[in-house]
Amino acid sequence: MTVADLAFYFFAIVAVVAALLVVVARNPVHSVLWLILTFLSAAGMFVLMGAEFVAMLLVIVYVGAVAVLFLFVVMMLDVDFAELRAGMAKYVPIAGLIGVVILMQLTMVFGSWHMADGAEAARAAVTPDAAEVHNTKALGQLIYDQYIYLFQAAGLILLVAMIGAIVLTLRHRTYVKRQDVLAQMYRDPASALELKDIKPGQGL
Amino acid sequence: MLIAAQCLLIIAFVMISLLFLVYGDRKIWAAVQMRKGPNVVGVFGLLQSVADALKYIVKEVVVPAGADKTVFMLAPIVSFVLAIIAWAVIPFADGWVLSDLNVAILYVFAVSSLEVYGVIMGGWASNSKYPFLGSLRSAAQMISYEVSIGLIIVGVILTTGSLNFGDIVRAQDGNLGLFNWYWLPHLPMVVLFFVSALAETNRPPFDLPEAESELVAGYQVEYSSTPFLLFMAGEYIAIFLMCALMSLLFFGGWLSPIPGLPDGALWMVAKMAVFFFLFAMVKAIVPRYRYDQLMRLGWKVFLPFSLFWVVLVSFFAHFELFGGAYARWAIGG
Repeated sequence: MTVADLAFYFFAIVAVVAALLVVVARNPVHSVLWLILTFLSAAGMFVLMGAEFVAMLLVIVYVGAVAVLFLFVVMMLDVDFAELRAGMAKYVPIAGLIGVVILMQLTMVFGSWHMADGAEAARAAVTPDAAEVHNTKALGQLIYDQYIYLFQAAGLILLVAMIGAIVLTLRHRTYVKRQDVLAQMYRDPASALELKDIKPGQGL
Repeated sequence: MLIAAQCLLIIAFVMISLLFLVYGDRKIWAAVQMRKGPNVVGVFGLLQSVADALKYIVKEVVVPAGADKTVFMLAPIVSFVLAIIAWAVIPFADGWVLSDLNVAILYVFAVSSLEVYGVIMGGWASNSKYPFLGSLRSAAQMISYEVSIGLIIVGVILTTGSLNFGDIVRAQDGNLGLFNWYWLPHLPMVVLFFVSALAETNRPPFDLPEAESELVAGYQVEYSSTPFLLFMAGEYIAIFLMCALMSLLFFGGWLSPIPGLPDGALWMVAKMAVFFFLFAMVKAIVPRYRYDQLMRLGWKVFLPFSLFWVVLVSFFAHFELFGGAYARWAIGG
């Protein structure tokens, strides 16, 4: 076994165990932390496969941004764990049933799995050849040259989703006092301050 | 074996510079405020940081009763280790680098985006009000400024055509010495990067996660002894890393500013020291930002500006304007 093999088994075992602990952990914050460990192990496996660009993106986007937002939200949740546990016994049978159904469906799908004739050949001939072009460059050529329209379409869909989320949550509240930064900056002591001479025992 | 020796060398360099950076920071701060600063331990107080480190290590570790113990102890370790491992890809001279990654700049960016976890975990695990508020602030702040740092880096990458630090520095080499470096074509971004670096490392004037006048000491309130030392060391190492990034991305790394003088690691270290001096001066002379001003600056000023700059740089690079100053991949690197 080479070092790469050992590293692969290490990352694989850590990923699976951490993923399991995401579900099992009692505390949701611990769940998110285990999730982060899962992401990091996945990034490690990408590095082992020679896809270091994808690995770095996984760390930057998922661990550095998405998981931080998860953690941000989960930390502020006020969850009563005992109450959540109490309903457990009631839901176990139906959850088991759903699990069995999904398992059966998956077996049916994978039992009759067929590869298209050209698929294996297409997989062997990676565009462009991995040995010639560095994988960051290869990804760039694929995304920005070859499949630019699909990429733009995907970006448009995300933009629409973002605008949708903003529109759904935007509320114009009239009673809230808003800050006008320019007005604040151009305010000078002459217009904001008034000095009064107060004699002892009198007040204003 | 060689790799291990190189690792040790880098860690030793970082740790020894750390001792004197903390000392220098305090000395500069003191000089601005017309105080003497540390002046008792050793000649001119030079060994003050050593004494402080010893004091931290021998003190008792206090873990609050309501704290989540594992996460509480993990947080400072995460923050220190992440600050150290980023140095693996920083070149000190041509070829003087532990790991010459193709995606080195992304690696540094990834590691520095992970540093927020030390703060969040520490603040949450302390199970107390002020640390929690500090960690929430930090999470929002670091994510906001990461976006603009990322876009600024994209501009440099576009000009170089490579994600490797070696290529980025070599692309800045030329006959004109310091006028070949990226600070000239990317001038507005140098300022933006410096300010974003301050925010990303929670340095004053953006030290809101630990603002002592509002949050006592933010996420560090419940920490004492060695865990606190790790937090503080991690913070300073991250700042020093930002100085290294400044000099690599915009100021030619190990290249000499005057044509004719030899290039070398000394230039790199000197540049890092100069930028650390700037960081220390900012701490001494700029008052702290208000939190909403900080967020406004990040999202409404820096983000649009750096995004616009990326578009502008790609335009300049594509049409090779300004004598190809923005398209160095064709000329050099």
